[in-house]
Amino acid sequence: MNRQLLSRWLLLGEWRARRLQLLVAIIAIMLGVALGFSIHLVNTAAVNEFSAASKSLTGLSDLTVVAAQPTFDERRFSEIMQYPEVTQASPILEMTVGVPANQETLRSPELKIIGLDVFRAAAITPDLLGLAEDGRQFDTLAEDALFLSPAAMEWLAIQQGDKLTLALGAKLVTLRVAGGLVRASAGQRIGVMDIGAAQWHFDHVGLLSRIELKLHSGVNLETFKTKLAKQLGEGFLLMEGAHQDARIRNLSRAYRVNLNILALVALFTGAFLVFSSQVLAAVRRRPQIALLRVLGMSRQQLLYQLLLEGGLLGTIGALLGLMLGYLLAAAGLYFYGADLGAGFFTGMAPSLHFSSMAALLYFLAGVGVTLLGSFLPAWEATRTQPALVLKSGSEHETLTVLRFPWLAGGCLLLAAVFVQLPSVDELPVFGYLAVALLLIGGLALLPWLASVFFGRLLKLHNRHPKGAVHTLVLARLSNASGLAAIALGGVLASFSLMVAMAIMVMSFRVSVENWLTYVLPADIYVRTVIRQDARGFTQDEQQLLTSIAGIERIDLMRSQQILLDPDRPMVTLIARPIDTQQPANTLPMTDAALSPDALPAGTVPIWVSEAMVDLYQFTVGRKIKLPLGNHAQTFVVAGVWRDYGRQFGAIQIQLADYRKLTGDMHIGDAAIWIKNSEDINEIIRNLHTLPFEGNLKISPRNEIRETSLALFDRSFTVTYLLELIAVGVGLLGVAASFSAQALTRIKEFGMLSHIGFTQRQIRHMLMTEGGLLTGFGIMIGFVLGVAISLILVFVINPQSFRWTMQLHLPLSWLAIMAFAMLSASMLSVYQASKQAISHNVVRAVKEDW
Amino acid sequence: MLTHHIPVLELRAVSKTYASRKVLSNLSFTLAAGEYVAIMGDSGVGKSTLLNLIAGLDTQDSGDILVNGHILSASDETAATGLRRKYFGFIFQAFHVLPHLTLLQNVSLPLLLNDMPLDRAAAMLTAVGLKGRDDAFPYQLSGGELQRVAIARALVHRPRLILADEPTGNLDPETAQEILRLIQTEIKENDAAAILVTHSRAAAATADKRLMLTTDGLTETRS
Repeated sequence: MNRQLLSRWLLLGEWRARRLQLLVAIIAIMLGVALGFSIHLVNTAAVNEFSAASKSLTGLSDLTVVAAQPTFDERRFSEIMQYPEVTQASPILEMTVGVPANQETLRSPELKIIGLDVFRAAAITPDLLGLAEDGRQFDTLAEDALFLSPAAMEWLAIQQGDKLTLALGAKLVTLRVAGGLVRASAGQRIGVMDIGAAQWHFDHVGLLSRIELKLHSGVNLETFKTKLAKQLGEGFLLMEGAHQDARIRNLSRAYRVNLNILALVALFTGAFLVFSSQVLAAVRRRPQIALLRVLGMSRQQLLYQLLLEGGLLGTIGALLGLMLGYLLAAAGLYFYGADLGAGFFTGMAPSLHFSSMAALLYFLAGVGVTLLGSFLPAWEATRTQPALVLKSGSEHETLTVLRFPWLAGGCLLLAAVFVQLPSVDELPVFGYLAVALLLIGGLALLPWLASVFFGRLLKLHNRHPKGAVHTLVLARLSNASGLAAIALGGVLASFSLMVAMAIMVMSFRVSVENWLTYVLPADIYVRTVIRQDARGFTQDEQQLLTSIAGIERIDLMRSQQILLDPDRPMVTLIARPIDTQQPANTLPMTDAALSPDALPAGTVPIWVSEAMVDLYQFTVGRKIKLPLGNHAQTFVVAGVWRDYGRQFGAIQIQLADYRKLTGDMHIGDAAIWIKNSEDINEIIRNLHTLPFEGNLKISPRNEIRETSLALFDRSFTVTYLLELIAVGVGLLGVAASFSAQALTRIKEFGMLSHIGFTQRQIRHMLMTEGGLLTGFGIMIGFVLGVAISLILVFVINPQSFRWTMQLHLPLSWLAIMAFAMLSASMLSVYQASKQAISHNVVRAVKEDW
Repeated sequence: MLTHHIPVLELRAVSKTYASRKVLSNLSFTLAAGEYVAIMGDSGVGKSTLLNLIAGLDTQDSGDILVNGHILSASDETAATGLRRKYFGFIFQAFHVLPHLTLLQNVSLPLLLNDMPLDRAAAMLTAVGLKGRDDAFPYQLSGGELQRVAIARALVHRPRLILADEPTGNLDPETAQEILRLIQTEIKENDAAAILVTHSRAAAATADKRLMLTTDGLTETRS
């Protein structure tokens, strides 16, 4: 009881003494936990919702038969039905169509249409059955009937009985909204119709997208899969629920992990702030701690007391963080959508669910990092000799124990090793660790660096001394570098992160800008309302396109999604004219390319994006089998190109080769170069005269460029926000540590006043110290930031998103940031100095602490 | 009552060297219960070192120190802390009161650490002339008043031995005399033994016995 009372008195006494610093530490932990928790909640909501929506499409199916290509011959269905293991099978045609009437009003005017056999689907995907109006039960079989999910009806502002016009390629199809669905996930936008009607309306007669299978109970799934796979051949894949889950998770995994890491950075900065605040508190409280030791408090009791104080900070910060995190997640979902602006999940509106397990984990993380930040200063404070401490003047000895040159060296060395290591489970785990090690190493090296740097400055100064103020400043910075490093740490952590992120984002943006210039050589781009339309333009429609007056050149392109691995998102196959002799004339090639002469005779070349090399090991020169046409074909990887548009991989092939192998003469996109003498607006007007102009998306090059860059910036909004908060927390730390340091030196200022220093001189001394420290911190932070940015650009980005980029140093930006950092910290030094020198000088020297 | 026959403090041939400089050499000394001695000596002769060794805050190179019959040198750090908590009271030149605790809380610290009832804290504050100032904070007090708080804290848990290291060094002569009288009175009333380390002859005069610490050891002096 008495011990608890003592503990409470000490705790409340301490909290009364440094309200501001504790408030700042609580805010830092709160922000770190809030960011991490909110990102987790949003990500979980998005993935769960997307996963639930996908599961509702496969229903009770044990196995899904899909082709690597978007569709396959429906005769496969009757073959599969012959298997005695199969008890039910449901053929499905699924495609995404455009909603041309809503092209201007909706951000992404596309709707997923599922064509199914009502009788067969009833046993496997009963939720997808249409709910017809009373007395019109046969509407489920009607060729013009479409059943829409509630979210789709709301999104399209349409009701039962209305007509809806859909576009596939240049073809328009008008259907009647015959009713809703038995059940659909909240926010899931889909339409269901009879499979025969879908095949006929959308020019997919005789084709299926997948077959859902229900097997007899007792059938060994693995054995059956092996048997069926052998029968179906190379162009097919058999998928279970687990594959689907993995595919959905993989879709946004790297982006999610990156956001989580950024949130952790905010938490780390918060922990560092707690650390610096606790170190300074320990410095100030050394005599108090020593007294308690003399009075009979054991080391363990003191350590427990100090950790309790830190732990309580963490607890309050983490609890507030959880509350703020939930609110941030709700706001994030509302303003930025399920993927926080990255564009991974469309056609859904997930709802937020509080996860107690996640809340507990983030709570523990918040408390854990606070305890971690409190431990070292607490341990250091309790291990010093009380008798020594009770003599004044031993403050500078504090933190000698916190000097870890071996730790700094070890961290930097380990970081150098880690950047050489490959990704783990396709995540740049070692890259992230290397960044953390660089930061820790840099922070651990600071006292030594500061001592060397300011020691040299002092020597230089002593050759031509310029007044007592400067001598005092340099002597202190040089001799008490441990204390200086505490304030410096905040500057270093904040500024290095600012520099690293600025370099990474600007490198990425400049690379994307250059890439866009490369991949958008034509004047006008024309495509169907939705990308990778399943139908595209027929040859007759292509003829109409190419005959537009004023066109100098037109490149036709066909692209489609192919599935090479059931666990991964689809790969984009693009067929277009490519200069085989000089592929760099068409594609933004990397250095990895096969000389045209080295192509084996009779082989078909393909050019793959960097992601294909990492994910599928499609290295240059390798022979690859791809399921194109009726049979798998062999291709040779002729080169690797840079693609910032498709993170999950893309393959380019000559349009002529594609047509020869598949017989598919349709195209989906056209790149148009206009004659020099022609006006681009005139050509666009001409394109609008085409009979299927309502199904066209016509974009001048600049418009695509601007939209792409706007999308890029949007996808980085949350990143910028997180970075800003991490930096804000760092700056708070700088302000808090300057203020705390100034307060610990009140006695020194009192003594200086007694020996004749004016208040102005003391303030000048503090400002000079602050300026020198911040300047030094900025200098080291710049070096560290550049090193971290190199890891981000050359290790983390390629391992996360599988693309490389050119390094770009935004020097003017960095100079502005350095100036902002210097100004912010000088402002906090000014405030701290005002507060510190306002103390009564007579009392200051008399006070024993 | 039997414990009163055991010396409160016994030093047996204690030696201490700092960086090849011999500070204490073969020092022996006994302090009986209720005895109040002043130790004087030149700066650097080892007065503070002697106090630190007695309090278990430093360790001697050779010899034994017995506190209330317990051999301090045989105690580990936890046991030494326990002995200090129970048997010792400290008064420092620089007062050393916790700035963010009230006067009553400061005085209660030893009671809390020893799991003793807190009633005596207020009585001690009254005894040192600070009645009614229980809830005041240290920054509201003068130097003399702060030292009164330290005296109350040193005696509140009825320690067997008070160690006072230059307790009047930071005070004006008038307040110093007042404080010394208070220390003397309170030590006697609480039946404690005490060692007062001081440079001041006036301060030393208040003790029952005055010892001079030199490189040769402790010798009694009349002046």
